[in-house]
Amino acid sequence: MEPLKIADKEFDSRLFVGTGKFASNTLMAQAIEASGTQMVTVALRRVDIENENDNMLAAIDRQKYQLLPNTSGARDAVEAVRLSRLARAASGIAWVKLEVTPDPYYLLPDGQETLKAAEILVKDGFIVLPYINADPILAKKLQDVGCATVMPLASPIGSNQGIKTKAFIEIIIEQATVPVVVDAGLGAPSHAAEAMEMGADAVLVNTAIAAANNPVEIAKAFKIATEAGRIAYETGIAPKSETASASSPLTGFLRNE
Amino acid sequence: MQTQTDIQSILSEEHLDCNRDVWCQRLQAVTADQVRRELSNPVGKFSLDRLVTLLSPAAEAFLETMAQQAHALTIQRFGRTIQLYVPLYVSNVCINSCQYCGYNKETRIERTRLTIEQAVSDAAVIAGEGFRHLLLVSGEDTQFVSPDYLCELASKLKEKFSSLSIEIYAMSQDEYAQLFNAGIDGVTLYQETYDRAIYADYHIAGPKADYNSRLDAPDRFASAGMRRIGLGFLLGLTDWQIETLALAEHASYLVKKYWRSQISFSFPRICPATNVQSEWPHLVSDTNMVQMMLALRLCFADAGIVLSTRETPKFRDNLIDLCVTRLSAGSKTNPGGYASEKAAAEQFEVADRRSPEEVARVIQSHGYEAVWKDWDVSFNKWT
Repeated sequence: MEPLKIADKEFDSRLFVGTGKFASNTLMAQAIEASGTQMVTVALRRVDIENENDNMLAAIDRQKYQLLPNTSGARDAVEAVRLSRLARAASGIAWVKLEVTPDPYYLLPDGQETLKAAEILVKDGFIVLPYINADPILAKKLQDVGCATVMPLASPIGSNQGIKTKAFIEIIIEQATVPVVVDAGLGAPSHAAEAMEMGADAVLVNTAIAAANNPVEIAKAFKIATEAGRIAYETGIAPKSETASASSPLTGFLRNE
Repeated sequence: MQTQTDIQSILSEEHLDCNRDVWCQRLQAVTADQVRRELSNPVGKFSLDRLVTLLSPAAEAFLETMAQQAHALTIQRFGRTIQLYVPLYVSNVCINSCQYCGYNKETRIERTRLTIEQAVSDAAVIAGEGFRHLLLVSGEDTQFVSPDYLCELASKLKEKFSSLSIEIYAMSQDEYAQLFNAGIDGVTLYQETYDRAIYADYHIAGPKADYNSRLDAPDRFASAGMRRIGLGFLLGLTDWQIETLALAEHASYLVKKYWRSQISFSFPRICPATNVQSEWPHLVSDTNMVQMMLALRLCFADAGIVLSTRETPKFRDNLIDLCVTRLSAGSKTNPGGYASEKAAAEQFEVADRRSPEEVARVIQSHGYEAVWKDWDVSFNKWT
């Protein structure tokens, strides 16, 4: 498997994981370990970012994992930028998963505000990974302003519905010049494999692991599925064929010649 | 699409604020088959018909199925987490005469107002217990607990807390905006009852006697930018099913109009309080209350479901696994109750007197993470 490069950093794992919704920080740490991930996103609202003894932060080994703070809860660009800057000042981490989700119910990303915030943060020296709807034009604009990846959603966050935006994610993958990370809505390991087979550079999974009966085992399953999908993509999948049927109703008569 | 109108018109057109016999009949008419069919529909979407079915007497036989669905939906949307918060009562002085409330101006209790310094001392005790979500509570003490008082207090508390909300008298939109700019970003305000006649019976004097002004208050604070909208009615004043229908309509209206703010439901059940009558015509049983919570969860997938220390430890502990998302713990409902030994009068009698640490341990024993912080001051302008 080729390593994944984001900004100037290489990752062997193409599975990113989220830290919300776990029954305990211990369980979260075990699931992270089992997933084989090297990129872990943390909601700034959930942690005291300046405090290394924060319960959740203390459970994540920063030597092993790139910590990716996210701006979950920000309603507009101003809030997302302010939050990112304060978090960087407190922690020294310049990576940010930019989430501008003014609707607290489906947590759908606001494209306009995300673009505005991304532009400011990139100029400010941040490595910006924006969470977006599967909008190919927005993906291009974010790429143009210097985002390190784009992270289109597969379906509404937390819904575990799988890749409902497939046609648009395919366009984003086709056109992108930065890594495409499929984020939100992946509910089963097969969904992760599907995204990777489509050519996504990585996937991000949270609810499907955290809310599972056994997060550690499911994390392992996502690891394997992500790798399987990637290997299949790199090596190429045999073409589909519609000709399994032996009969040739229209030309069968020729065989009797 | 639904034409957007105001909440007064919605409730009046549906007869949810008066003469509600028609709703009683509809609830009684629901059959077990209808409940069964409703429970095979997708979870988490609101319609009045769906809620009528789930609140009906017929649905009571399906509580276990409802609980299973609510449990699964809550875990999917909120994860295995329960957020902890705590109230800080700053004044029990009140200019209203609500017949059910221990702070009623007619009752002879010892009145206490916390100075900013005293409130900060109480808050320091609370912060030391681990809380980062604080709810400021007061009687309608407009002279002392003014918007300026609250803004000053907020500025002193922002170091220690990541989210400040209020459960205080209804204000004007400008006053709410002033509070929002000072960093208070959530408001809980109960209508108490959506029935106009009963409302008038219980709120005989003071600014709170104005039903319409209270009903429109969530519009005012949501317009002012408040992120968290807490709704509820006082369980026990009249029939709980019809009140729940009105509450749900109110929530649905607010969610559509103020789509940036998040709704939560609270379930204040009438409790004994000093000098307040002890006989109530519509007391709500544990079973009724559970049915109400489950029905609301099955109609509002993402609504916060809040439970206070009015309820007993046993009841609260059992509800962790159903659909609750937020619990208060270690609450003192008398001003100064945290830092001072002196006992001012409580608004209601706390039934769960366990320490926050104890409650957190119980949450963990149920397989949930006790979340002390789920917001950050950096979101707010004041930083």
